[in-house]
Amino acid sequence: MAGTIDREMGLDAVDDLEQLPILGRLHEWVITVDHKRLGLMYITGGLFFFLVAGLQAATIRLQLAVPNSGIVPPQVFNRLLTMHGTAMVFLVGMPILTGLFNYLVPLMIGARDLAFPRLNAFGFWLWFFGALLLYFSYIGGDGLYGAGSAPDVGWFAYAPLTELPFSRGNSTDYWILSILLTTVGSTATAANIVSSVFCMRCEGMTLTKMPVLVWLATVVSFMILVALPPLSAAQVMLLLDRFLGAHFFDTQAGGSAVLWQHFFWIFGHPEVYILVIPAFAFASEIIPVFSRKVIFGYSVMVAASCAIGFISMSVWAHHMFSVGMTPAGNSFFAASSMLVGVPTGIKIFNWLGTMWRGKLRFKVPMLFSIAFLFQFLVAGLTGIMLAVAPFDWQLTDTYFVVAHFHYVLVGAIVFMIFAAIYYWFPKATGRMLSERLGRWHFWLFVIGFHLTFDTEHFAGMQGMPRRIYTYQPGRGLETLNFVASIGALVQGIAVLIFVINVVRSLRSGEPAGDDPWDAWTLEWSTTSPPPEYNFATLPVVRSRRPLWDLKHPDDPDWRYE
Amino acid sequence: MLGRVHRWFFTIVIVATMPVAAFANDWGMGESNSKIPPSSIFDTVSTPAHEIRTLAFFTCSITAVIFLIVAGLLVISLIRDRARQGDNGREPPQVYGSNPIEFAWTTVPVLIVLVLFLTTARTIYSVQAPRRPPGAISVHVIGHQWWWEFHYPELGIVTANELHVPLSDPKNPTPTFLDLESVDVAHSFWVPRLAGKTDVIPNKKNTMWIDPHVAGTYLGQCAEFCGTEHAMMLLRVIVEPRADFDNWVAAQKQPAAVDASVAHGQQIFESTACVNCHAIQGTGANGRFGPDLTHLMARETIGAGVAMNNLDHLRVWVRDPSVMKPGALMPAMNLDDKDLDDLVAYLATLR
Repeated sequence: MAGTIDREMGLDAVDDLEQLPILGRLHEWVITVDHKRLGLMYITGGLFFFLVAGLQAATIRLQLAVPNSGIVPPQVFNRLLTMHGTAMVFLVGMPILTGLFNYLVPLMIGARDLAFPRLNAFGFWLWFFGALLLYFSYIGGDGLYGAGSAPDVGWFAYAPLTELPFSRGNSTDYWILSILLTTVGSTATAANIVSSVFCMRCEGMTLTKMPVLVWLATVVSFMILVALPPLSAAQVMLLLDRFLGAHFFDTQAGGSAVLWQHFFWIFGHPEVYILVIPAFAFASEIIPVFSRKVIFGYSVMVAASCAIGFISMSVWAHHMFSVGMTPAGNSFFAASSMLVGVPTGIKIFNWLGTMWRGKLRFKVPMLFSIAFLFQFLVAGLTGIMLAVAPFDWQLTDTYFVVAHFHYVLVGAIVFMIFAAIYYWFPKATGRMLSERLGRWHFWLFVIGFHLTFDTEHFAGMQGMPRRIYTYQPGRGLETLNFVASIGALVQGIAVLIFVINVVRSLRSGEPAGDDPWDAWTLEWSTTSPPPEYNFATLPVVRSRRPLWDLKHPDDPDWRYE
Repeated sequence: MLGRVHRWFFTIVIVATMPVAAFANDWGMGESNSKIPPSSIFDTVSTPAHEIRTLAFFTCSITAVIFLIVAGLLVISLIRDRARQGDNGREPPQVYGSNPIEFAWTTVPVLIVLVLFLTTARTIYSVQAPRRPPGAISVHVIGHQWWWEFHYPELGIVTANELHVPLSDPKNPTPTFLDLESVDVAHSFWVPRLAGKTDVIPNKKNTMWIDPHVAGTYLGQCAEFCGTEHAMMLLRVIVEPRADFDNWVAAQKQPAAVDASVAHGQQIFESTACVNCHAIQGTGANGRFGPDLTHLMARETIGAGVAMNNLDHLRVWVRDPSVMKPGALMPAMNLDDKDLDDLVAYLATLR
């Protein structure tokens, strides 16, 4: 029948590599152009920097645990906050999400690889060396005396603090160059995913039959293509200022400080959605499978994501409500920012509709997805509060904002990254992660997360600004900060358990089989791990859930779509 | 066994907290600041902050209702729809979507956004475009790395880090209008109980206003990351009854006191690098990089709020400011003990 998928894999092609000596195997990874290997390399690299930047966050919380603490001097603290923010966005969020898309998109569209495998490898290595360059600044800089001259200007690098008179030495140059490199890598990957989705889909997979994840990967890739160039342009302009004496942002010579902010947030706001839409994508795959129901309102879900993509391009100046725009300007950006809440709300309702009257199985990926729903709901609502421009005049640049965007970046994105890893780890490695350790990881992480970031909302309302290395006693901030720091410790323990879980499972995890979750998309039709070219014969599909059709020949999906 | 665990636990706690204790230093600020109520954005005493608070309560009520509804539905689903052991093992009914439901949950949020936007726009205009009554005070605020300079152009006063403004009577308002500008990097002026924040940006003139109805001291702080000592760019706004304010103005207009007994200290001040950065009205010192010191001792704090202003702290500060405020742009003056004492004695006369 037409819905059949060929499950005869070219298993003889699987790894003679296991026989190679270690250097030979390493060499195979370095020269690989296979989308699955590159995906795993992105994810592994991202997780490595997640641990590094997480340790930096822990140091920040240690310093802020008590008032007037002197563990970390101010300049070291400023380096920590700069490196933590920069790394988490460019060296953790972007590569892990890129990596997951890299791994999953070809499998889900029934293709053998991405459209441009070597471009893919090129993008990875650009990212890799850009990432090394950022941390090399700790030991590079101005020769021996510049040791430890890591950037200390914040991940947003506001001019004119980044101009030569206020930022001597090369630390800011490291920031500029490493981010330039990593964003070129991301742009290459985005172009690759767009091309693959449009040109490499298997027979029968029309645009309206793609899994939601593939749709969202496409939306994100388009957003990357539009949003990253303004950042690169601004960085080149800043380099011109610093090395050739141009005056774009150099206020001492008549340049504009606000211009940098516009450039940065024209990139920076879509970037938030570039990071969070992948979380939506994972949720849209995981929640249906563990609810045993088809996703509710597929086309509205896709339309809402496209709407988010478009609207997100016109909201950047809500980061600049206090910069002194006209009342009309503030009103416009307040309106467009609130409007994003509508498609976002639609998505939350659709996930809820998917769970409604389903048969929920609370496996670890589902636990993370449920926590994501609650936390993203809170993040969305505090986002609406920040879109109310006058309220924002009080809240911006305080710990309320820190709490809000950590609800997005950790509560939504990191939670969904963990969900995705627990969900697809069996596919990529052939082994299950431990459910028991996974539950420990989940509960400790939820508790730690809320201890840290719930309290920070209130610290912000109590007048605590961001990016301060210390605060004075008697301001009503001691308890809140102490609790937040305890929470960071608990989160750290949770992540440690995750690392143990991964290492243990790689060595001796329970074998997974091809389709451990009883799922419906194409990646579960091939072996775990998939062979080098994914499918021995390319699949043919008739609906959005080809494996559902196989498993339920009496009531296939294509009758309803 | 338990005893050993106990001992280990306490050893670890003590060792872990030692660095905190060793480096901590609050230069008398904790004691003084705890007398100033915390700077909650909901505990407002000034018109623009009140207006923001009203809108904030409205916004919070809407978001709270949305949260309760959505989270409630989620909890219902989690409790009711969990897969139970021993059910028939069949998949639940597959529901692909529903146009009426999805239309509803698109339209209702649009209406909420519309209401919220109209309320927001009204507050934006009323806070950003206020009527300026005839008795209003003008202050020119200049942000520096890492301190605040205040000019009263109509009164001819220059001071730093502590802004004195008169109490504003709702019947006969005397709000204070602030023009904000920076000479170096971007800062942000924020006194939470008086008004929202407004950025202080080089090459850009911003304005804001405060209209305080309750006398007292209010703590504010730079809110835009501005480099090494961003955390220690504090300010105080002292709101006082009109008569007290007028007395303060009269005192500030006086030139610096002259006292023959501290002539040596004055000579040190005028013959060293001090004069490159600091001004003292009525003397030869007219530097502009640092705070005007004419009425230094009238201020409660030094170093933009890093320490209480007293002779011991002044001595530590002048000897080497980086002890109190690492990164401060004022260099250590390398004075010997005698000169340092004389200089501080001179500074102590600047009331």
